[in-house]
Amino acid sequence: MLNGIPINFYIMLSAVLFIIGVVGVMARRNAIIIFMCIELMLNAVNLMLVAFSTLHNDANGQVFVFFIMAVAAAEVAVGLAILSMVYRNFKSIDIDLLSRLKN
Amino acid sequence: MLGYTITQWLFGTLSLMAIMFALMMVFTRSPVNSALYLIMTFFCISGHYLLLNAQFLAIVQIVVYAGAIMVLFLYIIMLMNLNADEEPRKHVVTRAIAGLIGGMLLFVMVGALKGAEQLQIVQGGSSQIGLVKNLGKVLFSEFLFPFEIASILLLAALVGAIMIGKRDTNINVK
Repeated sequence: MLNGIPINFYIMLSAVLFIIGVVGVMARRNAIIIFMCIELMLNAVNLMLVAFSTLHNDANGQVFVFFIMAVAAAEVAVGLAILSMVYRNFKSIDIDLLSRLKN
Repeated sequence: MLGYTITQWLFGTLSLMAIMFALMMVFTRSPVNSALYLIMTFFCISGHYLLLNAQFLAIVQIVVYAGAIMVLFLYIIMLMNLNADEEPRKHVVTRAIAGLIGGMLLFVMVGALKGAEQLQIVQGGSSQIGLVKNLGKVLFSEFLFPFEIASILLLAALVGAIMIGKRDTNINVK
């Protein structure tokens, strides 16, 4: 009943979203924004997986997206705990200040 | 409507909104506004999942990402009391180089993926794989072991987050 959309459009949309995330990681200094950009990249990949899953009528892609979401949730929980610890010690989450491991 | 079907209109609108909100997320100075724009991007991607007949993932996207992960982000932003005035900014040359690298990467990806697959998304017919029933059957038969491993991963993340976040982390206590 619905007219299809070429898979190329989904590939392009995912590529654009992924690259917006990459540019955000490179251009921002706030560590929380960098985390959010990583989430955006994960979502671009998820969209691509779901598009190919629907294209090939195969449920494995969607199950994989489900696992990616679980891993992303774990990553965010640990990462934000580390960030709050860093903020408590340095009073800042500017990654340019955190570029050295000693002192 | 101009020769396009409703699905194609929805796809175009959702794509434009997702890209626009993602750009605003990257280029807004205030962290709270960034988080809110990212939530809007997640809603747009959830709409894409609905268009792709992945109803279960659309709901999970809203519940997990917009509901859980972004609330965590907003709590951390609130606890750190971040605002736009003290937001650190990279040097303008660094940002210009970042934009240039992103543009070049986009150029390479579009060039490489241009003729990837000219197929149409299969819709209608037997595209019931996105429903909870069918996904659950696959998840609990074929992917049962990875599913249990994911539960252990989430438990480890929970314990790790609590251990890291404790105020006096004194691991050397005998």
